[in-house]
Amino acid sequence: MVPVLLIGIPLLAGLIGFLLKDAAAKSWSLFASLLTLIVSLAGISLRPDSKLLLFNVPWLKSLNSHFAVGLDGTGQILCLLTAIAFPIIFVSTWKEEYKRANNFFGLMLLSQAGLMGVFLAADALLFYFFWELALIPVYFLASQWGGEKRIAATFKFFIYTFLGSLMMLIGIIYIYFHTKDHSFALSAFQGAHNFIPADTQAWLFWFIFIAFAVKMPIFPFHTWQPDTYEQSPTAVTMVLSGLMVKMGVFGLIRWLAPVLPMGTYMWGDTVSTLCIIGMIYASLIAMQQDDLKRLVAYSSIAHIGLMCVAIFATTEAGIQGVMIQMFSHGINIIGLWIVVFLIEKQFKTRKISELGGIAGKAPVLTTMLVIITLANIALPLTNAFIGEFLMFSGIYSSKATGYNVVFTVTALITVILSAVYMLNMVQKVFYGPTNALTEKAVDIRPGEKMVLAIIVVLILFAGVYPEPFFRLTQSAVDSLLSKMYVKP
Amino acid sequence: MNSIITSAILGVIMMFSGLFLKKNSSIATLAILGILVLLGMAILDMSGFHFFPVDTHNMLDYQPFGLLVDCIAFASTLAYFLLNGRDIAAIGNNPGEYFALIFFVLCGISIATTFNSLLMLFLAIEIISIPLYILTGSDKRNLKSNEASLKYFLMGAFSTGLMLLGIAFLYGASEKGSFFLDDIGPLKSATNPMMITGLILLMTSMSFKVSAAPFHFWTPDVYDGAPTVVTSFMATVVKAGTFIAFIRLFANAFGDIKSTWQIFIAIIAATTLFIGNITAVFQQSVKRMLAYSSIAQVGFMLLALLTLNTMASEGIILYIAVYSLSTIGLFAILVKMKDFSFEGFNGLARQYPVLAFTATIFLLSLAGIPLTGGFLAKYYMIASVMQTGSWLWLVIFALLCATVSVYYYFRVIQAMYFKEGNAQQLEISPGFNFMLILLAIIVILLGILPQLLIDRLYIIYV
Repeated sequence: MVPVLLIGIPLLAGLIGFLLKDAAAKSWSLFASLLTLIVSLAGISLRPDSKLLLFNVPWLKSLNSHFAVGLDGTGQILCLLTAIAFPIIFVSTWKEEYKRANNFFGLMLLSQAGLMGVFLAADALLFYFFWELALIPVYFLASQWGGEKRIAATFKFFIYTFLGSLMMLIGIIYIYFHTKDHSFALSAFQGAHNFIPADTQAWLFWFIFIAFAVKMPIFPFHTWQPDTYEQSPTAVTMVLSGLMVKMGVFGLIRWLAPVLPMGTYMWGDTVSTLCIIGMIYASLIAMQQDDLKRLVAYSSIAHIGLMCVAIFATTEAGIQGVMIQMFSHGINIIGLWIVVFLIEKQFKTRKISELGGIAGKAPVLTTMLVIITLANIALPLTNAFIGEFLMFSGIYSSKATGYNVVFTVTALITVILSAVYMLNMVQKVFYGPTNALTEKAVDIRPGEKMVLAIIVVLILFAGVYPEPFFRLTQSAVDSLLSKMYVKP
Repeated sequence: MNSIITSAILGVIMMFSGLFLKKNSSIATLAILGILVLLGMAILDMSGFHFFPVDTHNMLDYQPFGLLVDCIAFASTLAYFLLNGRDIAAIGNNPGEYFALIFFVLCGISIATTFNSLLMLFLAIEIISIPLYILTGSDKRNLKSNEASLKYFLMGAFSTGLMLLGIAFLYGASEKGSFFLDDIGPLKSATNPMMITGLILLMTSMSFKVSAAPFHFWTPDVYDGAPTVVTSFMATVVKAGTFIAFIRLFANAFGDIKSTWQIFIAIIAATTLFIGNITAVFQQSVKRMLAYSSIAQVGFMLLALLTLNTMASEGIILYIAVYSLSTIGLFAILVKMKDFSFEGFNGLARQYPVLAFTATIFLLSLAGIPLTGGFLAKYYMIASVMQTGSWLWLVIFALLCATVSVYYYFRVIQAMYFKEGNAQQLEISPGFNFMLILLAIIVILLGILPQLLIDRLYIIYV
């Protein structure tokens, strides 16, 4: 029942939101997202074998597809992230005025429903349904309320992801016909590799992987990302970067690595190499960026690349790290976007070169930002440190690849690079002399303080005491590892 | 038999309605009542109530598949009349006759869905085509309409000639000299050159009729030239009915020798998908874009003809229903527009939110986005091909083309929602809005619960 509520509440609330007046829609969507958060917290506190966490009814009978949703390890942590993120997004952008706000908030809630569906679906066709469904509202949000070049940028994004999804659809149908009794169920899919020979898995892998690679995004499928992040309204950018990129990582963990273990094993080195190239490439470009949004966008490519490498490393530490990092990265990057949003709101610019010396005028904002930045470069005591440390040790000890040392070392370089561009940004934007623009800077309001404080608390909490997250994901990690393949 | 006779009678009634009813709106109302009766008759036929016990000597064969197609065609026509009834009456000076011709076309469609003999196929195709030649040219004073009518007539007559030739060959090839579908395609005659020639001639002529590439050249000009209301009917109900005739012909007559002709259909499907989608990208008028999109959609439908398995027959039912309803909805909006260019749609969402929203649903459905019927329809087509285990290249090609199609469908959405436009004054009644919303709900419903429709295939009454 819980998963149905998690999808149903935002879905219904979103549909109702379209009918409300603009001001009411804002409060209504905050209320609905808080309700979703409560339900998801309740769901996580239930025992893992509780019947309330599963829901399964036949859906398309002639195709043997079920409306099967379930809240399990991997899904739990991402549902929790989604549930936490939306209230934060709504509160932090509270002061932003949108034209036709009811449509904006309605679509935001619909995208939440889609995301929840992706993380909960235990049926491949249903998964595909929600995968596309999450995309449509975001497309409309970004093209309607975005920046100047929004139409072209978001359309590029849409075409990219749509093409990826269609390729995935071929893969899903192919596997469906090779399951034991023609079923879309997750368990049937995860058993299908027994009936698909290794050389078929090798090409089938790419059909499915391309959808995830576009979403994450992995070099060379990333070109839509900086443009889309830059052109979207900040609230949507938060959804895109904090949550939607996780769809790709999640898909890899649940719908690819255990479904086609041989294919995943065979292409591990290739994909990891692409990720590493992308990480270094994105970090180098991030160093050159003058636009805050583009800087954060490129830094996101680098972080996601590391997660992908860690999954292919097929070690317990690595995958455990990915699980935690998915959550941490979501929190951290939303924090960064909030800061970018607050700066843009106050100074009407995102250019690093036009800013400077804000620290003296806005000490609270600066403190918050510095903590989030440190978390983003994975300093100890922050949440990202736990995740990245585990991922690095996982990659280093990997038996799935012969290049583990090379991967570890090159990936570590990107951590150093990320420190360079993040700290450089902090220095240029917040320290140094003030200019005409930043002269009259004021500090943030209590509401914004509160949101940033929540994020900082989450960062420090997960950094100091990550135990609950380990417990939440342990079973998922074990079951994934048992299904993945490593040459003995 | 119910629908064939009822539609013919209704056609005659509508023809003379002009004598008694003077107002356009009352003629449109009569037509709506008529189509309701016809739909009821078709449904009763499916449920086992046959009012006209005519012995057809096995020339017509009543299967749930064909009868269900009848129901879909009539229901689509009902939606079409409800949305555009007055616009049909307003084409010219003879409102009753336009409806009469449409009912005659429906009569042809109900033969096309039940024929069991090549003679009946020929009759059906002709009964569909001839009223359409007239309807295309019904905007008499418009030069483009006349040109379209003439072009359609010449091309149609030519393809009918090919069909007759093909039928003659098949007659000669069959052992006993028979027009019945069951007698034509037994396995041993597969190597008979006369048989293969006949088959290819029929394939060519049917491809003409459903506007599959490379026999599609008449379509854009005719669709563009015909009055927009008529185009709506031609691109949806007629195309669906003709396509079902195509599929029934090949399933019943040549199903056993699939392997000899599958490669042709695969090539036709690939060409149709390619030409339809690529050319649609370059169109400047939404009406012409929809003409090419209808070609592209036929490319997808041809995948069902390629495989002819259970999934294909379930899928094609869903496909024609969803495609017809979505396209009828889009054309209904287009009929109300004064400017058919993409720019004409700029800013529509601001002024007519219902129109823009429903148009978006229809476009998403045509593009095959989940939650709309269009996705599952395409899904069935693809899955039916994947089930055969071969033709993977065609599936990949079809999906690449589907990605291209997103480009031109979304251009309309972008214009409506994301671009500022100059105000157009359209005459939109609340009833029209209501019908559009109803249609959009049906399109979405078919995307969530397609079994509502597909299960009808398996309910057999005695």
